[in-house]
Amino acid sequence: MDPNLGFPTTIRTKHKVRVISASIDHKLIKKRGTLVGTSNIVENVAFNLIKQAVIYLPEDVKQALRKACAEETSEAGKTQLKAILDNIDLAEKYQAPICQDTGTIIFYIKAGAKAKDLDKIEEALMKATKRATVEVPIRPNAVNPFTQKNSGDNTGRLIPWINWEIVPGEDIEMTVLPKGGGAENVCVMGMLVPGEGITGVKKFVVDAVMKAGAKPCPPNILGVGIGGGSDIAMKIAKKALLRPLNVPNPDPEMAKLEKEILEAVNMTGIGPMGLGGKTTVLSVNIDYAYRHPASYPAAVAFNCWASRRATARINADETVEYLIHKVE
Amino acid sequence: MAVYKFKTPMSEEEIRKLKVNDVLYVSGTMFTARDQAHKRALEYFKRGKTLPLNLEGLTVFHCGPIVKKKDDRWIIVAAGPTTSTRMEIFEDEFIKNFKVRVIIGKGGMGKRTTEAMAKYGAVYGAFTGGAAILAARAIKSVKSVEWLDLGMPEAMWILEVEEFGPLTVAIDSHGNNLFMEVQKNVEENKEIIYHKLGLSP
Ligand code: SF4
Repeated sequence: MDPNLGFPTTIRTKHKVRVISASIDHKLIKKRGTLVGTSNIVENVAFNLIKQAVIYLPEDVKQALRKACAEETSEAGKTQLKAILDNIDLAEKYQAPICQDTGTIIFYIKAGAKAKDLDKIEEALMKATKRATVEVPIRPNAVNPFTQKNSGDNTGRLIPWINWEIVPGEDIEMTVLPKGGGAENVCVMGMLVPGEGITGVKKFVVDAVMKAGAKPCPPNILGVGIGGGSDIAMKIAKKALLRPLNVPNPDPEMAKLEKEILEAVNMTGIGPMGLGGKTTVLSVNIDYAYRHPASYPAAVAFNCWASRRATARINADETVEYLIHKVE
Repeated sequence: MAVYKFKTPMSEEEIRKLKVNDVLYVSGTMFTARDQAHKRALEYFKRGKTLPLNLEGLTVFHCGPIVKKKDDRWIIVAAGPTTSTRMEIFEDEFIKNFKVRVIIGKGGMGKRTTEAMAKYGAVYGAFTGGAAILAARAIKSVKSVEWLDLGMPEAMWILEVEEFGPLTVAIDSHGNNLFMEVQKNVEENKEIIYHKLGLSP
């Protein structure tokens, strides 16, 4: 991908780009009472989540990369995986984003139906995103598709994108998925032939990986969405990227399919960064919805090795638990 | 596979030692160039105008860095590689005219560049996509910036680097191109995979 696409000079120079200075202010968010309202907590938690996500890869992703590095037999592939692991360590050490492309900011919110101030969440997420742009800092990645102007703060019409889910209870669970452009550029959706069934899906995924080649910064994680409709397939494919790599699919039939596709795509020989090897994909995560009798939608969402995600739960009593990253 | 550590200016003789899959670290002077800088440099050459810098023996980095100015000094914040294929239309002429020896980027380059590298003695070093901190750490200082009118990412940033890498030599000066080899393998593996999954081509 082009890491600097749509990032005009004016914005870069205008911004005081500080090297990570904002520490995770969990003390503030743990404070209770009237001084800190729910929307303030949401903003702080969302800020912390963005910061955690872009600097620290989840342990399951790191583990998968370490395992891949130990098992990779291609010399060039191994060199690349080692560089990735070194880069991950350096990011943690210097508290800087693991990749210069800090992606499009996407939130997944599971809102308890009885939680307070739900109407203020959207604004809080906007504010958190703007703050993270300056304070983490993350790269301004929101560009108007008509004027090509970069908003400079990672927000704009419908961005950050928020996926809502209403669940019983009073808690709010928030996840951030910063989605890099290189891997996003090779995502595909197709209306397959119903008669071909799951065989068609296998071919669709394998072809997508072969076509993507080195572009999505492999090794990748694939989210595969089957059924629903054109939009639904991609939605569940992308959401499937959130499943930790060490958590198997609860459905044994799908777990089997995931394994079969994973083995197949790793036979392509594309390898880390497309330089050859047996690690092209770290995990295949499948989800599905029922389909229309006449349609067979399928989607493949790619994530790169910098597969970033962070989750926290804000409990009804305003205490906060970070579910992927540890906050000391 | 061998590991090499080179310092600029590099000679053709040194470069000819490298083979695909080798690991290379470069020190010395490196400059960034994307589409616009390539284009302008070639225009200068055509008109007989001298470049701001003698490029012979140096390293080119396909990169649009994030740079900030602090107390009158430029500091590289992030400097990951960009996709090299966009420079394919310029690179053969660039190698021929300026005798650059190492070209760094991601995603690989095509036939024209491979042929020019074999003819004039240059290599392509693949740097890990996304590994921006690894790159930034190896950049010791910004010596100067030329053509800033092209915008920050497109300008020519002249950098002092120390053991910049690891670079996988993906195109050597003997006509080998790792990316094209991998591509060929993938094509061949396709049939095996289809067969395994019970698919018809
Ligand atoms: S690692 Fe991911 S986010 Fe970074 S440049 Fe590659 S595809 Fe883009």
